[in-house]
Amino acid sequence: MRNKVRQQDIKKRVANFFEVALGFDNEQALKEAARCLQCKNPACVKGCPVEIDIPAFIKLIKEGKTAEALKKIKEKNNLPAVCGRVCPQENQCEAACILNNKKIPINIGALERFASDQDAVTESKEKKSAKAKVAVVGSGPAGLTCAADLAKMGYQITVFESLHVAGGVLMYGIPEFRLPKKVVQDEIENIKYLGVEIKTDVLIGRTLTLKDLLDTGYKAVFVASGAGLPQFLGIPGENLGRVYSANEFLTRVNLMKAYKFPEYETPINIGQKVAVIGGGNVAVDCARVALRLGKKVSLVYRRTETEMPARLEEKENALEEGIEFKILTQPVKIIGDEKGFVKGLECIKMELGAPDESGRRRPVPVKDSNFVLDVDTVIVAIGQNPNPLLSKATAELKTNSDGTVWTDDNQMTSIKGVFAGGDIATGAATVISAMGAGKKAARAIDKYLALGSDPS
Amino acid sequence: MAKIISKVSLTKDTDKITVEAPLVAAKAQAGQFVVLVIDESGERFPLTLAGWDKDKGTINLIFQKIGHSTKRLGELKIGDSIEHILGPLGHPTEIKNYGTVVCIGGGVGIAEILPVSKTLKEAGNAVIGILGARSKDLLILEQEMKEFCNELFVATDDGSYGTKGLVTDILKGLIDVAEKSTHTIYPGLVYAIGPVPMMKAVSELTRGFNIKTIVSLNPIMVDGTGMCASCRCTINGKTAYGCVDGPDFDGHSVDFDELSKRLKLFRDQENKYNEK
Repeated sequence: MRNKVRQQDIKKRVANFFEVALGFDNEQALKEAARCLQCKNPACVKGCPVEIDIPAFIKLIKEGKTAEALKKIKEKNNLPAVCGRVCPQENQCEAACILNNKKIPINIGALERFASDQDAVTESKEKKSAKAKVAVVGSGPAGLTCAADLAKMGYQITVFESLHVAGGVLMYGIPEFRLPKKVVQDEIENIKYLGVEIKTDVLIGRTLTLKDLLDTGYKAVFVASGAGLPQFLGIPGENLGRVYSANEFLTRVNLMKAYKFPEYETPINIGQKVAVIGGGNVAVDCARVALRLGKKVSLVYRRTETEMPARLEEKENALEEGIEFKILTQPVKIIGDEKGFVKGLECIKMELGAPDESGRRRPVPVKDSNFVLDVDTVIVAIGQNPNPLLSKATAELKTNSDGTVWTDDNQMTSIKGVFAGGDIATGAATVISAMGAGKKAARAIDKYLALGSDPS
Repeated sequence: MAKIISKVSLTKDTDKITVEAPLVAAKAQAGQFVVLVIDESGERFPLTLAGWDKDKGTINLIFQKIGHSTKRLGELKIGDSIEHILGPLGHPTEIKNYGTVVCIGGGVGIAEILPVSKTLKEAGNAVIGILGARSKDLLILEQEMKEFCNELFVATDDGSYGTKGLVTDILKGLIDVAEKSTHTIYPGLVYAIGPVPMMKAVSELTRGFNIKTIVSLNPIMVDGTGMCASCRCTINGKTAYGCVDGPDFDGHSVDFDELSKRLKLFRDQENKYNEK
């Protein structure tokens, strides 16, 4: 039997921001680790974007060597406490696990989290021969991974972050109850311990340019500035008061801690009845955050639950917690009052038609089915586009038609020595795919600098 | 950490501070702003740059202590530090030779018009300044503005100094002169920073005479880098972001009424502080 992690009681958790998943206790972890078949040719590793030696770390847990297990994970993954919590393992390592044939894959995510929570081993601070200076733009999962990997190879790394704290989406986006901010900051401390320097309050493209970096001794730059540009629906009323982008709503509540207002000074004004538009993980996060602020929350999605891209676990959590799913519902207009605040969301019912290019059945409007949802707050969580600031400020940086930064097969951009990866290069995706891109970029940068024409 | 190295009180509710921020000072241009976080519990809020010294690595900020964060900023003393300053942000004001430029600043907006006037003057423009304040004791930077203006007018609401009335009354007078005269021409640009009603009134006046008008908008922001969209404004029927598309916009294209409403979004929360 697959061991499930303990969770915080539903009645309690809907009213607090503490972590929902409580992780394995020692006994559970040992039991789960013992189930691993220790495959000779493990499929799970191939399912991991950062290539963790999964059977090896599980074996160490089984033997009670938790610290060793964490070391094993950290050979490949510098953010294990994050990944153990937010990776969609069900589509990656656990999907590939041989036991998934019987629908009882090893709970790899929970084991990874177990190892990283038990022992906060810090890296040994041995300085290798200092190699070239490399700059990393953005301190989200892609940037941190690339920085840590390059630091381990001996490069001198400076990470530039525009916000006042490091962590990117791990800090502003993913809510406290899924990923405690203390966990993120501990991981970042460990990465700093590798010799990585992090400079906050520096916006590359404004405070400094890419050229400034290359001119001041950085031999390569990794751009990982993320998918920071929120998408809107383009329907009337989107600029009314109490219409928020998911980014704004989550940034105010997570990063700026508006849930502790007025102790923390950033306010949030979200009325009493909230509609969150979208069906991805970000939409579900917004809904669960709004719920914890004591509001009645509906999740408005134009297809059905089956097509929702959010993780199954998170959808289940949301439903259990009392979020109402308004499926097959497409917003057409946000209605405002005379003061300019939301007082309703006009929607149209949808039905599923023929499959579209994504393979999902395309929703089509049902004629004359318009109705008004009684809400006073709307959060738009339908996706993010790449942050255009750096490419707009850097004429030589080539972009693709969708706004992502163009790169060659080695993740090098149109500027020599400048690499890119994560959401800025691929469009919005997951934490772990960004980490995979950071890892690949670190190798590409190492190769580029090793072969480099400039030996200084 | 950005240390406050000087602090002057300009009026009873307006302070000027000089802060160590070498990276910001090095790149600063007229029309740009910074985002500040006073400390761990503080919010992120924008202030327009009122000046800078690239050699000394300092920036000047002038602010009216009306909101919660500006009041807290006003409580800091020389030697204290602001934990975080990000900038310079936003597009710089488009500087070229327009011929004659009218620079209008209302209230604390005068702080922001100062570097713009200076830069426009340096670009060869004849600069006419119009400053507006509720009363004489609330007027700031008149002497500093004189330095960069060929002519300077002042309007006060109560008539305690300069002309009694609004900045638009003076602007209307200037336009009337140009209308009636055969040798005076309309200004090539009107640039206005101040309260929303003032910028709206200026833009409505100049629209009738087809005078290019730029306003610097002050929407609510969080990150200031184009990420949160809190600062979205409607410009010519389309949504634009104050932080990365602005803060300067064509005054004739701005939906000022929407901006006014959006600026009131957190009024209830703000009142909570005032009740404390």
